[in-house]
Order: sequence, then C-alpha cells, then structure tokens
Amino acid sequence: MKKAKLATLWLDGCSGCHMSFLDIDEAIAAVAQKVDIVYGPLVDAQSFPEDVDVTIVEGAVSNQHDLEQIKQVRQHTRLLVALGDCATTSNVPAMRNPIPVKKLLERVYVEGSDDHARVPTDGVPQLLKHAVPVHEVVKVDLHVPGCPPSASAIGFVLGELLEGRMPDLKSKVKFG
Amino acid sequence: MKRITIDAVTRIEGHAKIDIQLDDKGRVAGATLHVTQVRGFEKFTEGRPFYEMPSITARICGICPVSHLLASCKACDAIMSVRIPDTAVKLRELLHCGQFVQSHALSFFHLSSPDLLLGFDSDPAHRNVLGVLEKHPDIARDGIALRKFGQQVIEGLAKERIHPSWTVPGGVNAPLDPAVRDRILAGLPDAKAIAHRTLEFFKGVVDQFKEEISFFGNAPSMYAGLVDASGSLQLYNGQIRFRDAEGKIIADQIPAQDYSLFIGEVTLPTSYLKAPYYKPDGFPKGVYRVGPLARLNVADRCGTPEADAELAEFHQRFGQVVQSAFHYHYARLIEALYGLERIEAILNDPAILDEHVRAHAGVNSLEGVGMIEAPRGILIHHYKVDETGAMKWANLIVATGHNNLAIGRSIEQVSRHFVDGKHLKEGMLNRVSAVVRAYDPCFSCSTHAAGQIPMEIQLLAADGTLLDTLRG
Repeated sequence: MKKAKLATLWLDGCSGCHMSFLDIDEAIAAVAQKVDIVYGPLVDAQSFPEDVDVTIVEGAVSNQHDLEQIKQVRQHTRLLVALGDCATTSNVPAMRNPIPVKKLLERVYVEGSDDHARVPTDGVPQLLKHAVPVHEVVKVDLHVPGCPPSASAIGFVLGELLEGRMPDLKSKVKFG
Repeated sequence: MKRITIDAVTRIEGHAKIDIQLDDKGRVAGATLHVTQVRGFEKFTEGRPFYEMPSITARICGICPVSHLLASCKACDAIMSVRIPDTAVKLRELLHCGQFVQSHALSFFHLSSPDLLLGFDSDPAHRNVLGVLEKHPDIARDGIALRKFGQQVIEGLAKERIHPSWTVPGGVNAPLDPAVRDRILAGLPDAKAIAHRTLEFFKGVVDQFKEEISFFGNAPSMYAGLVDASGSLQLYNGQIRFRDAEGKIIADQIPAQDYSLFIGEVTLPTSYLKAPYYKPDGFPKGVYRVGPLARLNVADRCGTPEADAELAEFHQRFGQVVQSAFHYHYARLIEALYGLERIEAILNDPAILDEHVRAHAGVNSLEGVGMIEAPRGILIHHYKVDETGAMKWANLIVATGHNNLAIGRSIEQVSRHFVDGKHLKEGMLNRVSAVVRAYDPCFSCSTHAAGQIPMEIQLLAADGTLLDTLRG
C-alpha cells in the first residue's frame, strides 16, 4: 500500500503540540506503517515536498519567515490542520500584539542587555506587527484546539484522516 | 566569497539556521548561528498578576514546561517570602525528575540516535526516529518507552503531561495519591533497565565516533551547574558553581538572588538569542557551558549509587573535565539514570504522602528569583512586582542561552573540519547540525523572547550582493 505523506510544521509555538503528538507513545509505530513523515522538525527533509497529503501546523504566524513558509506549505498540501490553540487563535504568541514591535524588541535586546545593546537584524526574520492565527493568512481545513490537544485527540485525527474521513471532534477537544 | 546556508537546523527544539562562509578556495572561513524566533515574554507579562506567571511561562516550552513551572513557582515563593512544606519540595523534585527522564530520552532517542545508529552520512529521507524504528526497532521502542515513563510520572502527579497546573506558588495543589506512587514504582525496574541497556550500547559504540568526538565542540571552556552544599549534583534546589577548563572551582554556592553579579547578557546582531557570559571575565572571554556535560563536570558526584558508578567510568575514560560536546549524549544518559534513581528514592520516603503540600501568602517581597537546573541547564526566572502583585518587570535566563557562545564556536570548529566547499556533501552539513543537536538546545525556550537542510549555496560578491544561487 502506498503510504500517505504527512508533514508537520512548527511556527510560533512552544512545541507542546508536537510533544503531544509524540505522547501517542507506541502508537507511533502504527502511524509509521501508514505514513511517511516527509517534512518537519522530527525529520531531515531537504525542502517542503510537492504533494503532501496532510500538514499539521503548530503555532501562530508571527514573523516574515512564518508567513512565507505557511503560504508555500498551503500550496503543496492537500489538507492543512491547525493543531493547538496558537495555530487556531494565536493564543500566547498574540499576548505581544498590543505592544509595538519596536518597543518589544528594545525591551528585550537593549534594556535587557549588559553590553552590546542593539536589536538583532542580521540574518533574523522581521516580526509581523501582530501574531495571527493560521486561518487569517491561508485556508485551514481542520482546527484542533487545545493547549496542547490531547494525544488521544491527535491520534484520532490522524486515524480518521488516514481513513479518508474528516474527523468529528465534538467532545474530543477543548480550548486551553 | 560563498556562503552555505543550513536554513533550518533539523531535529532540534526550535528555530535556527546556520550560515557558513567560504573563502575563494572553498575553505570554511567562519560560521554563524542565527536563532530566528522571539516572543517577548519579558515585556508582555507586564501587568499580569504574579501568580499567573507559572502557567504563562510554561508556554515558553512544551518539552520542558515543568522547568518553567518550577522556576516560576520558586520566584513566586520568593515574592510571597514563604518556605514551602518539605513534602512539596520533594514532590516538585519528583515531577522534575520525570521531566529529566522524558526530555533526555527525547533528545537521545528521537532526535540524535538517527545520526548514531543510521550514520551521519545515511539517507536523510530515513535518518529520523521512524527510520530507527524500522532498522533498530528494539532501541527505538526503548526510547519511546523511556520517554513515556517520564511523561507518566508527570501525568500521574500533575494530571497532565504538558502544561499541567499542579505546581503553584507556595507548593503544589494536591498531595500524592498512594496508587500513583505504587504505579510509578512498579514501572521503575523496566525504566532503569532501559537506561542501563542504553548506556551499555552507547559505551560500546562511542569509540566509532573518534573523529566527531575530536571536532564536535572539543574546546576548553568554563562550566556552570547547580550543586548542593556538599558539591553533589542538584537539579531542584542547588546553588551555582563555576569550574574552569582545568577543573578548578572559580566560584561556588552562588544563590539565585546573586545571579546577576556573575552572569551578564549581551545581544548578538545576528540572533534573537542573547548570549550570557561570566561577568567577572567579561565578554567574550567569559564563555561557559551548561547542561548535562557541564553538570557532570561541575559536580563532585551525582549522589546516587548507579549514576555515580557510571560517572566514575565516564571520567576515567575521558578525563576529569570532559570537553567534547559529543559527550553531552553520554552525560545525558548518565543523568537519565540519576533521575530514575532519585524518583525511586523520593517515592520510597514515607513523608512523600504527607497532605500538607502548600503554603499560602500574599505579596511580602517586591522581588523574587527562582532558579533550577532544567534538562538543558540553569534556568532563572527573575520577577519584580508592585504592592498589589502585578508584574512590573521580568528577566528570564534560559538554559540554551548560556550555551549560545559555545554552540557558535562548536559550529565553527565542526565546519572547518568537515565542510569542504568544493566537494560539498549533505553528510558534511548534517554534522554541523549534529553538533547543535548534541547540545540539545531548546531554541523555543531560549527565545521566549524545522525540517530542512537545503543545500543552498549563495555566491556573494565582496560587498555582499547575491551573484548566484546553487541548489544541491
């Protein structure tokens, strides 16, 4: 049987959603029977492949690089799943939104520095004015809220998608 | 001059890229680590009630949320000026040990073992944990089981594996259920057997990596870690000790509230990750390392019998001060065993079931510092509040930050030795990523404030303008 192509993407989040995915524990072996993980922080793919079946994205869209990446990923993926509260609502990353970016960076890198105080600009992506949820910049096919969503919910979502069904998440997930 | 960009360092926890600069002859002239994420927790927490800080700052990191919960709770304890009940101290350490086990298992098995088992030069399409599961199922299953055990300790105590709300300022919010204690104790023999088996495996193969050991950040530096009053390893309640590259103790028993006398921070123009340094030596001379290797170099002993036997062998094989960053892996395995021994010792203490686990108080001090050893090294949360308990200011110094300068130097050393700009191979760049992996950095944590190695070579003119891009 041809394996499905699964990608995972970590934008502005804490990796807790990826950890909750690993919390399916031994079931990862069963997942490995059915999918190849073709891209993401757990694997060494060279670049985002052309035709990915499912991409699970964790985190909000916070900087220029996140924005370019999610747009590219959307073009090459059939089903895009926003995993967790940051991808779904922008959650904790959005706590910075009322603060002007310049002020935020100066607090961390100028005030918060004993020496060589300056805002880094060389080889680092610019922050967007606001951290935004994924669906604000590209179409999302499924939202799985939770901080993080439980391992069983993630396992259920993967199982249903691999069977070709859109999962019914009623009573399986909650925010927070 | 040409430049190679490893655009996203893979199998690490967070967002980073590496630029390698080449001279006209294709030799490596230098290398730069860019950490590319910033979130600004120090700023956006202003005005929040201090007792919200544990649950907010846990969201810095999903791998070690327990570290942030505990450092934050300790800072809050200091603001309340309370001494938390002894059983709460033990329960917090127990939770912390569960996290050490799961986090070290993740780093070794899920992230780094593909390099060690499948080879640094193996096919990148399979060089991951699923590839290990296929080719070395027993080792992969051990890794999954050990990580699961650590997560189950956390889940048993705190009800949730990730971002639990059990630890609170003043202690923890519920005593230990005896059934949970018994369940964890029942799982311990298997977990310890895995730790021993993995150590034996690693000790058996370590000599195959002589070249990597010699060039993976194998340079003298200072080390910093927490120890107790007798100089033994301490993960929850220790004070800072600095040891130099020759093994001499240069500062000792530094309490949390004095950290800023010894640790300064500079901003690097190329990274969202600031670089702490040993203040008495200034920047950049004051480079030091933290984390598993540093802790085992700094402490006189672990204080548990099985880990101490391993520690003695470690020093016997590689010296009293072990310098190569490759040995972070080895040190991590010894510490996983230590964590399991501590779990056993704490659970076998009858006082662990005591129901007095929380102290209550309001704001009694306008400033508090909390410090612990996170799996990746010393973690410091420093808060200032107003009379009502609203946050006025925060500073967070996170484990990976301490290693920032050392990781940068290690990348340069590996690049100079392994990367040949004229005959570039993917395995060369994977080694550059692998030295970063050895430190097990958590760039998610460190920039409170992904998977590709595109072999993209940019040909730059002397003024930095892009002339050509080659894709491998």
